[in-house]
Formats: sequence, C-alpha cells, structure tokens
Amino acid sequence: MSSDNIFEGANEASSDEANSAERKLGYGAAVVETLAQIMREDESVFVAGEDVGAHGGVFGYFRGLQPEFGEDRVVDTPIAEQAIIGLGIGSAVQGLRPVVDLMFMDFICVAMDQIVNQAAKLKYMFGGGAKLPLTITTAGGAGLSAAAQHSQSLEAMLCHVPGLKVVMPSDAYEVKGLLTSCVREDNPTVFIINKRKLADTCHVPEELFEIPLGEGHIVREGSDVTVVAIGRMVDEAKVAAEKLSNEGIDCELINPRTVQPLDIDLMVESVSKTGHLVIVHEAVRFGGIGAEIAAQIQEQAFDYLDAPIERVAAPFSPIPFSPVLEKQYIPDAERIVAGIKNLF
Amino acid sequence: MEITDEILIDLYKRMVRVRLFEEEAGRLAESARLPGFLHLYVGEEAVASGVCGALESQDQITSTHRGHGHLLAKGGDFNRMMAELMGKSTGYCNGKGGSMHICDLDLAMLGANGIVGAGVPISVGAAYANKLTNNGLISVAFFGDGATNIGAFHEAANMAAALSLPMLFVCENNEYAEYSPRHKTMAITDVIERAAAYGFPGAIVDGMDCVAVFEAASLAIEKIRNGEGPMMLECKTYRFYDHVGVKGTASNYRTDEEVEEMRKRDPLVVHETRLIDSGVMDAESIQAIKDGIQKEVEMSVEFAENSPFPELEDMLLDVYTNGESS
Repeated sequence: MSSDNIFEGANEASSDEANSAERKLGYGAAVVETLAQIMREDESVFVAGEDVGAHGGVFGYFRGLQPEFGEDRVVDTPIAEQAIIGLGIGSAVQGLRPVVDLMFMDFICVAMDQIVNQAAKLKYMFGGGAKLPLTITTAGGAGLSAAAQHSQSLEAMLCHVPGLKVVMPSDAYEVKGLLTSCVREDNPTVFIINKRKLADTCHVPEELFEIPLGEGHIVREGSDVTVVAIGRMVDEAKVAAEKLSNEGIDCELINPRTVQPLDIDLMVESVSKTGHLVIVHEAVRFGGIGAEIAAQIQEQAFDYLDAPIERVAAPFSPIPFSPVLEKQYIPDAERIVAGIKNLF
Repeated sequence: MEITDEILIDLYKRMVRVRLFEEEAGRLAESARLPGFLHLYVGEEAVASGVCGALESQDQITSTHRGHGHLLAKGGDFNRMMAELMGKSTGYCNGKGGSMHICDLDLAMLGANGIVGAGVPISVGAAYANKLTNNGLISVAFFGDGATNIGAFHEAANMAAALSLPMLFVCENNEYAEYSPRHKTMAITDVIERAAAYGFPGAIVDGMDCVAVFEAASLAIEKIRNGEGPMMLECKTYRFYDHVGVKGTASNYRTDEEVEEMRKRDPLVVHETRLIDSGVMDAESIQAIKDGIQKEVEMSVEFAENSPFPELEDMLLDVYTNGESS
C-alpha cells in the first residue's frame, strides 16, 4: 500500500514556533527529524529497508534522509526481511548502529528467525562479548482498512523473547525521545510506529533528547482507577478519562512507553493507591501484554485490588478489512469507558 | 599463484588442529563426557583450512551448526573450545552457548549457528559494514548444501549481489542435508548454479584438497577485495561421521561402501602424500606435528574438566548489555 502525504502539513515545524517551547511536530515527521539529527552526529548510524531511500518510506517517515546522507547510509534493500535483519545484525556486531526498517509490523513474521533466534540471543549465546546496537523500526496498528496482514499489533510476541526491547511511542514527543534512546542503545530494540498517529502533532523539542527505556509515564493523575494504555490507546484512554471525570470517576492514566522492559513498579504504585486496574491495548486480548501486567499486578498488589482486573483489547480474530468491522474491532474510548465502569 | 612450502605446512597444521580436536570431542561425546549435540567436521577439514588460510586475520566468517572446524581453522583456542563444549565458565561463551554457538569476535568469527542458513544474512551485514567503513575486509559465509534450500540463503545471496558487497559464499557440499541425500532435496546437481541465478560468479572446487580450496579462495578473495562484488565457491566434500554424533557407518541413509570410498580421499592423507612426495616434509616431521597438536588437545580436555561450571547467579547475566535483565 502507499500512503504518501499521510502526514502532510505535519512535516515541518513552523518557523515561528521552531525555537519556542510550543514548537509542534508531527509523529511521522519526528521519526525523520530524529534520524537526521542522530545521523549528523554519529557516522556509524545508517538506515536500511524496503523503499526507505529514494521513496522515503511508504509512510514518508524516511523522506529526505537519502538526499542528505546518500545511498550508502540510507539503503534501499530488496524485499527480503530476513536479510534486512541480518544486514542489521552483522553490521551492528561490527560496531555500526543500523536502523533497519520492516515496512509493516506484520512482516516481522517473515524475519522471525533473524529477530528471535539471532538478534535477541546473540549476546547471551556468545557469553556477553558482543554488542548489538540494532534498531528495528516498523509500522504497527490497525485503522487504515489495511486488513489482516498489514494492521497487527504483535508486540506481545516480541516481549516474550529475552534479549529484545520493545518500544511503543504514543506521540511525537515520545517518538523523538524513545527513538534517540533506541539508536544509542547497545541492545536490539524494536521501535513500533503507529501508522494511524503519523499526522498527529504535539510539542517536540528541537534538540535530541532521550527518554529512558523501561520508564513509564503518568499521563494523568487520578485516585479511583489506574488505566494502563499502550501506544495509540493512550489517546483513546485520555478521552475516556475526561468523559468519566464528568461522571465522578477519577482515572490515573499510565503510559508504559516501552513494553519490554515494562515499568511494573509504576503500575503497582498506582494500583496501591486506586485499588482498580484497567489495561488497554490494540492487540488481541488473549496472551496480550495485558495478561502479563495483570499477572504481575496480582502477584505484587493483590491486597490493594478492590475488583478484578479489566482488560480492554481486540477480540480473538484476524483484523477484518471492512471499515465497519474494523471500527468495531479496535478498542476505542467508548469501550474503555465501559470497561472502567465494569469495575464500579 | 605460487604455493610456498610455508603455505603447504600452514594448511596442514590447520587441518590437523581440526581433525585431532574433533576426534577427541567425538570420543568424549561417546563416553558421555560432553552434554548436548555434537556435529563433527571430520572429513571437511580442507574447506575451512583452505579458506581461512587465505583470509586476513580480521576478515569475518559466519559458520554453521558444524562450526568447530571454522573457528579452529581460523586460529581458535583449544582450551576455550573444549571448555565451551563441556559447558564450563572458561569456555568461549562462558558455557552459555555450547557447540552450536561457539564464537571468537577477536578472531572475527561471528558464531556457529544452530539455525541452518541463518549465518548467511549476518555475513551480509558484516560485509556491508566493511563496505560502508571501507576497511578493506571481506566477510565469508560458510554453509552447507542443505542451507541453499532455505529462504535466508536466497535473500542473502540476492542482497549481497544487489548491493555488490565484499562477501565470499562458501558452500560445503557434503551431499547430505542431515540424513537426506542432495538428489532428494534439490533438482540440480551443482549448488553453484544458484550463484549464477543471483548474478555473481563462482567455481566448483575439490573440497577434499586443501590446496585446491586455498587457490580458489585466494583468487576469489583478491577479486572481492578489489570491489568485484560477491563470489561463491562450492566445495565438494564429505563428512565421515553422522550428521550428529560419531558413528558414520551402518547407516540407513548412505552405504558403508560410499563412506569407505570417500575416506580414501581423506583430506589429511591427500595432503600428507603431497607433502612427502614433494619433499616438503617427511613422515617423521608430519608425525611430530600431529604429536604436538594431540598433546595440546589432551591438555585442553584437562583444562576443561578442571574448569568450573558457570555460577548459577550468572544465569541472567548478559541477556542485555550492561547486565540488565527485566
């Protein structure tokens, strides 16, 4: 599929805003800006993947990199997901910092051996001698009628594999801070770009900055219920929290930012205050990251829970094509509201 | 090219190092002194020795599940190898990798690999780093005939060619994919046809003759270093023992007669005959080399057996860099 100009208008910060605290940048544009800035300061960083060069990526978030950095540092590869990850692994072991792109998250399945059996385990299998500063970028999430093979949220599969870090930015600010951390990180990371967020803007600092991997963020403080929302679901949960505040339910909203490592301490602390927990993710409920969070919370905060843990997630089916079905499939603010109300 | 006496002796020593280590490892496995799977390289020594003998020390190699020979031929350390095979903390991987994951990054050996074909894309990455940093090095992927049936090989071959990478593909065609003969698993006779399909040249080499391998590898490596893109050698070879473990005969997938015929072409014997016939070495000095290396191998067993196992509290060490674990 092609989604040129999907974030048109969000590419450039307006010059008036560029140096102000309120400088705004698009989520997709933040990917390009971050990579360009990192590539300027670190020659060992290069980008490779299908159509990332001349075309700038099918979603446009590599656009402008190849003209500035050339074909050797922004590499158009064959459609060959295993070899793309292998390209990253072999060059990372040699001391480079590759950013390799798997166009759609669904395509990680094509490269699973290289990700799971090679990248994730290499350091451990080799007795610790190897560093693997490899960043895998990929577009996840549903909502574009891209159907069952171009819409999935497969983060739970990756979180199950020791050795990987899995990062899910919910807005442009996090794109910049987390992507910077990923590229500077010496472990393999999977950076999941939500394709429905690409045009959304928010305040993003001009300079590079790092958001630590493994530290969650309290988006909204509240006293009645802890809502943990992953990736784009943070937006939906914000809407739900506002709606419920009018009805007298005060939500504390937590955005883990990374799902591996997972900032469970932040959640335990919050649940011990609110006594209620709702977990929201776009992935299917069964075996999703919500199951892990629920398990750990009952282990560590059982005595604080006043109600069963609620999960708001996708049903157990492939993602349907028809917009009517897809809309029903993806969790939204309305379902989060209903899920929270179940607890009271 | 001129093959000096020095080269002939060097190749011989490399092969003897592999052979004697592997025979010892086989004996240890049979007496249950090694845990896990053991894939012996015996019979194929000419390939690793001929190729590694033609490389610069920092040229990278990726290997296979049958990887001891590659590391040893590149100069690997007996003690750390044997200790790793026994799962000891003094091993190449601190006992966490074992036979199928031995590696030595200082020797630019980027790991044996338990997944057939999986080292080839990693070799592409190393080659890409060489190209991008213009360091003059090349990378070599060793793989078997069976690996050329898997997607990773094809993706890697195509990518290496498309990006014109400094990479040598070395197919060790031992005629069997585990226990299945080549004619049942592919419809071509020569794997080298697959290089042509991706647009790069290659040659079939007698993989039982270390000098033939060395000469072909040297020629290919020179061209690759000159920027001519990837090349492939198909080394026709044979493993004397089974896919896993030792035995080798009385099998249900190949005849003892076939094994016997191939053993007549034992790469060590072929080369010993050459060394003696050409007057480079006499039988006595050949035996002296063997005795010296055998002693080193035996010392490595002692070293490994006297080495401690890893500490249990180190289980989670090195899952992530910085000792982190979640």
